[in-house]
Amino acid sequence: MEELTPFAKAILMAVGAIAPAISIGWIGKTAMESIGRNPEAAGKILVPMLLSCAFAEAIAIYVLVIAFSI
Amino acid sequence: MEHEKNLIITEETQEIQSQTGEQTEQKISQETTLFAEPIYHTENFIITNALITSWVAVFVLIIVSFFLRSKLREIPRGIQNVFEMIIEGALSLCDQITNNRVLSEKIFPFAISVFFFILTNNWLGLLPFGGFGILEKGNEGLSFIPFLRGGTADINTTLGLAIMAVFGANLFGVFSVGLWKTFNKYVNLEVLGEIGKKIIKDPTIILVAPVTFFVGLIELVGEFAKMASLSFRLFGNIFAGEVLLASIASMMAFIVPIPFLFLEILVGFIQALIFSILLVVYFTIGTSDHESGEPARNASHSDTSGGHKEKHEVVIIN
Repeated sequence: MEELTPFAKAILMAVGAIAPAISIGWIGKTAMESIGRNPEAAGKILVPMLLSCAFAEAIAIYVLVIAFSI
Repeated sequence: MEHEKNLIITEETQEIQSQTGEQTEQKISQETTLFAEPIYHTENFIITNALITSWVAVFVLIIVSFFLRSKLREIPRGIQNVFEMIIEGALSLCDQITNNRVLSEKIFPFAISVFFFILTNNWLGLLPFGGFGILEKGNEGLSFIPFLRGGTADINTTLGLAIMAVFGANLFGVFSVGLWKTFNKYVNLEVLGEIGKKIIKDPTIILVAPVTFFVGLIELVGEFAKMASLSFRLFGNIFAGEVLLASIASMMAFIVPIPFLFLEILVGFIQALIFSILLVVYFTIGTSDHESGEPARNASHSDTSGGHKEKHEVVIIN
């Protein structure tokens, strides 16, 4: 079983990175769209966008922590 | 088993001149471990390098605040300008979340001190003082243990902060809405008691009340989920940053790590901001009680729908 651990880590990272990647792309896309609709709001959109990016990124980070601990 | 948890990121080979004059090659490995490494043992207390960094952070904060305190004046000069700007911006951000100046003035001191503590810890981990450390006999040869490791790159620090935030929010709720109402958020005895009162007027309550009761129990689990997510988010981000920097620096030591260092400075700031914003949100949730909470929220919406400028500020909160 021991030699399967690297594969477990690789699969864990690969699968766990899918959802955050999609969600960060989605956040960026909607932010772009809303800036396109209302360019004056770009400054106001930036901070909540960064915050939600960080929230989405955190999911990948949980996976990283688990990958380190197995 | 302990060795399995360690990942050897860089292995530096270093030639050490031995005392007899002949050259021996000895491996010094530096391992990036998930847990903070102990530096000094006393009888039943282990001083880890993350603990030392958080002491340094506290020390820095105390020095800076005493320095600012001694230089306070009516017309701000120099560094006082910077801090007044930070405090003003942070307080207005806090206002946007709580929608209530009196409440945000109560919560703000907790949030800003947690923010500065986390920020100092995150940035201390990035300083190049990681080169100072001790050599310790490991499993295989010598292993290098740095004195400074970002205090928030240790799960114990972040877990402590998260427990403080969640318990503090509930304690704050007890002081502002009372013990009985806070208790009823989780173990909803009030709604069970209402069955007897309202069952003649409204028979469906016998179905609704148990559901509400179990929702309360789920919220109790949610409090522990809050602790886990708060602590793992902060710990994971900072620790992943350190691993990233170490692996980039082991690939190419010059120039290439600089953009990643800037990225880590940004990440450290954003994570400190997120932690303190969530702390304010939890404290605000703690002060609201279920019955009067709903009308207040509706009222604030109808107020803000008139003014175009204020509508934007509400959007930011949600």
